Amino acid sequence: MSLYFLCLILFCIGLYCVLRKRNIIKIIVGIGIIEYAVNLFIILVGYRQNGRAPILAHDQEILNMVDPLPQAMVLTTIIVGLALMVILVALALRIYEKHGTFDITKIRRLKG
Amino acid sequence: MKLLIFFSLIPLFTAFLIALLGRLRTQIGCIMSGVSALLLTGMSVYLMKVVNLSGLLIYKISGWAIPLGVCLVADGLTVFMLCIVNLIAFLVVIYSYDYMRGFTDKWKFYTLFMLMLAGMNGIIVSGDLFNLYIFLEIASISAYALVAFGIEPEDLEASFKYAIMGAIASIFILLGIALLYSYTSTLNMADIALIISDKSGSIFISFVCVLFLAGFGLKAALVPFHAWLPDAHSSAPSPVSAMLSGVFVKTLGLYALSRIFFNLFSISSGKVFFALMFFGVLSMVVGALLAMAQTDIKRMLAYSANSQVCYIAFAFGIGTPLAIAGGLFHILNHAVSKSLLFLNAGAIEHVTGTRDINKLGGLNQKAPLVGFTSLFGSMSISGVPPFGGFWSKLMIITAAVQAGHIGFSVVAILVSILTLVYYLKFQSFVFFGKIRSGMKESLKSLHFSMKFSMVVLAIICLLTGMVFVPQLKFALDSAVNALLVGNGYGAAVVAQ
Repeated sequence: MSLYFLCLILFCIGLYCVLRKRNIIKIIVGIGIIEYAVNLFIILVGYRQNGRAPILAHDQEILNMVDPLPQAMVLTTIIVGLALMVILVALALRIYEKHGTFDITKIRRLKG
Repeated sequence: MKLLIFFSLIPLFTAFLIALLGRLRTQIGCIMSGVSALLLTGMSVYLMKVVNLSGLLIYKISGWAIPLGVCLVADGLTVFMLCIVNLIAFLVVIYSYDYMRGFTDKWKFYTLFMLMLAGMNGIIVSGDLFNLYIFLEIASISAYALVAFGIEPEDLEASFKYAIMGAIASIFILLGIALLYSYTSTLNMADIALIISDKSGSIFISFVCVLFLAGFGLKAALVPFHAWLPDAHSSAPSPVSAMLSGVFVKTLGLYALSRIFFNLFSISSGKVFFALMFFGVLSMVVGALLAMAQTDIKRMLAYSANSQVCYIAFAFGIGTPLAIAGGLFHILNHAVSKSLLFLNAGAIEHVTGTRDINKLGGLNQKAPLVGFTSLFGSMSISGVPPFGGFWSKLMIITAAVQAGHIGFSVVAILVSILTLVYYLKFQSFVFFGKIRSGMKESLKSLHFSMKFSMVVLAIICLLTGMVFVPQLKFALDSAVNALLVGNGYGAAVVAQ
């Protein structure tokens, strides 16, 4: 239970970072933290106390195994997260080139 | 049915080929993506015929049985959406053949465009919740890049805003999927539907509903989450805005939402639907009021898109058969007419070099075709009788009155009048009156491919009113039935 609670705290830290910070880089880091929190949560969904990896071998009997599907899902979400991170960082670089600042309160050309 | 997998494979493969060969010739990207979009349109029409004859179709990837592997499903709603998405995509590709002349690195545009199309087709055919999420991310990430394609300062700002909000939305959706997996131990949508119908309704499902409503609602730009939409739509190149508001928002937001709420959770009334209805009406009003105040054509169209998309959300919230039929019909009408209007806005910008309605005027003399087609689009969207938009709004409002939501339906009628007001303003400021003196010399003429797309879309605008002809009505009916069967979706898929 405490693991789930820590996972929630990590999620909230990321959300705070996205909502409150003004620096574009910090916002991107916040998105990263939220993603890690959700990935951790998906792993926890498939975890069992003292479980082991479900690898079948000849002379072994597996009594208590973790669910492998969430782990495969997390592998995919990490790749999706990487793609998102790449595009966010590329945008941040371009924004710095054009606007000359990372402060989102100073990047306000679109209104209405 | 093996055909289903090609709906996402063909655009993915085309994107790969364009990235490989696009640098060799300037127009190779456009030609390849045009051919592939045309092929996809043909395939979706064929699929519609097959589904109408034989009912539900399934393709199991690598032959795994249903709960184990990923499966692709085609029912009435799927083919209905596929036809709209691929047809609009084809016409937009044709349009961008000439529109994109001013841009460098055109092959990158077409690569991203095809990736976005692959994502949207994937979402529509997917029968697996996690697979749906992956396609959603493919479509979203390529949309972020496409919005910033012009790399002007405004484009980058809009794209960053959209990317951050879209990322949060995707994370909510992923969290919902993870919770649903922990509750049902499966990711297959049909299997989830069966398991949920066995277990009695719990607070857990309501929580997951809220997560999905937040996530997909943000993608569909329901009102508290609408801030990204006008920026992204007005900054993107016009073909991309046409895609975004025409089909992207509906596929990612409303299609996924309705599929999950109707077929997975089989909700037919209650708090979740009231929330959908309430936010729908709220967004209608806010979108229409904000649209009236705009002077930038594309910003006005974007707010109008926000307002009109929420008619569909409102219709799904009512949840009666007539309302769902009206909502789906409005998806078709709005996709066609709003794409047409965004293409017109691009043409106006191409001809005059500005999008500010105070600086424009009298374009009917110089570019009568743009004026004529945009009149068709405006009339259809604001609900003037012979056009399709009138019938769909009539269906939605009649259904709302029948279901006893008198207050909401009065608001919907008032918003419809407001819509007519700001479209008439757009028409009179841009196309009637006199050409400004400074502008007369600098006007450019339109290219053939831009004219072609606009004329075809205008004709479709007029024709959608005739969907009630018996030969065509089956498409709408089978789409409505696909949503109305509720849990029957799960049973039908597993039985195959």
